Amino acid sequence: MEIGSWLQLLLFIGLLFLLTRPFGSYLYKVMETKEKTIFSPVLGGCEKLLFKALGRDVEKEQSWKQYGIALAFFSLAGMLLTYFVLRLQHILPLNPQHFAAVEPSLAFNTAASFAANTNWQNYAGESTMSHFSQMVGLTFQNFVSAAVGIAVAAALVRGIARKSVRTIGNFWADLIRVTLHVLLPLSIMLAIFFISQGVIQNFSADVKAACLEKPAGREPAQFIPQGPVASQEAIKILGTNGGGFFNANSSHPFENPTPLTNFIQLLAIFLIPSALTRYLGLMVGNKKHGWAVWSAMAVLFLASLMVCWTAEGKGNSRYPVLSASSGGNMEGKETRFGIFNSALYATVTTSASCGAVNSMHDSFTPLGGLMPLLNIQLGEVVYGGVGSGLSGMLIFVILAVFIAGLMVGRTPEYLGKKIESADIKLCVFYILASAILILAPAAWAAASRWGVAGISNHGPHGLSEMLYAFSSAAGNNGSAFAGLSANTPAYNTLLGLVMLAGRFLLMVPVLALAGNLAAKKVIPAGSGSFPVHGMTFIVLLVGTIIIVGLLTFFPALSLGPVVEHFIMTGSGKLF
Amino acid sequence: MKALAGEIKRAAWAVILLTILLCGIYPLAIWGIGQLLFSEKANGSILVREKGIVGSVLIAQRFTSPAYFHSRPSAVAYASSAADSGGSNLGPLSKLLHDQLMARINNYRRENGLAASFPIAADAVSASASGLDPHISPANAFSQAARVAGARGLSRDQVMSMIRLHLEERQLGIFGEKRVNVLLLNLALDGHE
Repeated sequence: MEIGSWLQLLLFIGLLFLLTRPFGSYLYKVMETKEKTIFSPVLGGCEKLLFKALGRDVEKEQSWKQYGIALAFFSLAGMLLTYFVLRLQHILPLNPQHFAAVEPSLAFNTAASFAANTNWQNYAGESTMSHFSQMVGLTFQNFVSAAVGIAVAAALVRGIARKSVRTIGNFWADLIRVTLHVLLPLSIMLAIFFISQGVIQNFSADVKAACLEKPAGREPAQFIPQGPVASQEAIKILGTNGGGFFNANSSHPFENPTPLTNFIQLLAIFLIPSALTRYLGLMVGNKKHGWAVWSAMAVLFLASLMVCWTAEGKGNSRYPVLSASSGGNMEGKETRFGIFNSALYATVTTSASCGAVNSMHDSFTPLGGLMPLLNIQLGEVVYGGVGSGLSGMLIFVILAVFIAGLMVGRTPEYLGKKIESADIKLCVFYILASAILILAPAAWAAASRWGVAGISNHGPHGLSEMLYAFSSAAGNNGSAFAGLSANTPAYNTLLGLVMLAGRFLLMVPVLALAGNLAAKKVIPAGSGSFPVHGMTFIVLLVGTIIIVGLLTFFPALSLGPVVEHFIMTGSGKLF
Repeated sequence: MKALAGEIKRAAWAVILLTILLCGIYPLAIWGIGQLLFSEKANGSILVREKGIVGSVLIAQRFTSPAYFHSRPSAVAYASSAADSGGSNLGPLSKLLHDQLMARINNYRRENGLAASFPIAADAVSASASGLDPHISPANAFSQAARVAGARGLSRDQVMSMIRLHLEERQLGIFGEKRVNVLLLNLALDGHE
């Protein structure tokens, strides 16, 4: 834990903090006041055209059910597009490697995965997907699944902010505004920056290289992949999608060539989720509340990072000759990133429901690997995915406020709105459903031949691989303990269904809650109201998240990474 | 029912128009800008020498000769039979990892004449995440200097100064880790630069 790493951490948190305010205000402008932005002169034409094509109703406010139906139709249409692009890639253009059509269960899994903003990948991009599939089938979802996530969060926040109305905004307007004024312009800037650092953007076939030290009788000696990477990389990161162009994801030198691209990727992952807390503060007219939520996220983030960073820095205690002084646990890590930037990336990507990786989580030390897994299981509410993070966090906020109300014996209220039985039922449904979506299929896999067949590491690590897979799928993260061979019909289907449920089933209680809250009257805050800012609130919120998370997942975790840690330190057993 | 049909139509239009914008115009514009401003990088930072394409500055190659610095171990054989990337994904208690590490540690010691107590740079014996990591740590490079010098009939100091010349500092003095690009260093040793 040397000074240079602390400096990078300070810069990261500092810049994130500084960007939150202006960018949150910008989101407010895009989503709420719907003003012209600095991009309107360029993209205003597109916006007009899109609004015109979608018809006049796009300006009309929707109830939560109408909003949800529009969202469902749109996501289904997008999923079909991706599915058929993958199935037909052998006859579509831009396939210089002549890849065959993607097999049906894998195409379903991938379409579900990308539509659900998960980007779990049961394939290696460079040997499966044509440039067309990457550029159209997958990039499309990278944009719109992110926009959908932000739209839902915006709708929930509207529900909280509004008084005595039945509507929560218009899905189509939200989708288009976010895509055109946030995702597209930022992606363009990011993509150009990435290319300047070495990320590739072309449509060529693999380059065959002779290599400096020619192995006897082998020509070519190396296959260097090509493709339109930069344009996809930008939105993969910004939209907390995480689906890599290549198998190695953001550890591949063509996806993340320099420490600077790495730093910018980290910031870009957290940018929108972090700014949404400011958007929340502005919307509800209580900026301190926004910052309190931000601070609770920061506390959880830093705590998780410290554990992961320390564990990876100490390295694998079985191999003292590769001790901390000589590098820590470098298995599955890149030299340019080292321990700190690998631990930071792992923490950011799992806190944020992104799932991009710059190191292989499967090869982390037991405690180093426990943290990414736990981050996902806590609901990815630490900044979280674009939109879905804030939505999840607000569920916990309402739960925390409810618990506080019970403790002091008052009717719980949140920002002047009474929290009633129906609201709490929706919150609890959300929390229970996310836990069941992880634990039930993971248990099924662990007890089935098809499940265990996928394991690559035996002993407790094998259980961790399955647990991580379903946590990642249900939480729409997409990162993996990637040793698991999950490209089988059983895994493809089950993981695909879990991803869809983790995304779209869980949107139902969020939108219903938005509708419920929007309809409520606001009671002016009295002296007995529980303040939703300040230290007490932050502690209560952090406590609620940790207690709910640990109570739910500790038994499973203790059989995976926890016991693995004690076997590592307390015995010489190998698996 | 009419409202539902309207939403289905709207969904179809939104998918079509957004596909044209986000999957056609956007990536093509980035391609155009990339090829115009940074064509070398946009095409993979490919190194071409008199005999043809040597490789990419950003992609590790296999080196086994004692006269070359060696790249980090690769779980994908340096993409030598097809485009591939990735790590070993072996867990910390893996028997296979144990066997690999022990073999690599012994091999590294023998090749470089290191004492049994000498700490080995972890990156020298651990497979990288991408399998294509073009860099090694400075400590790893320094440990290999004597071997390379011996094989080339150079003094260790000459090789050490070559390493220092190719030592990449933290980016902007802040970001990432110090490192050495193996391919560029080996090219320089061959007098290609």
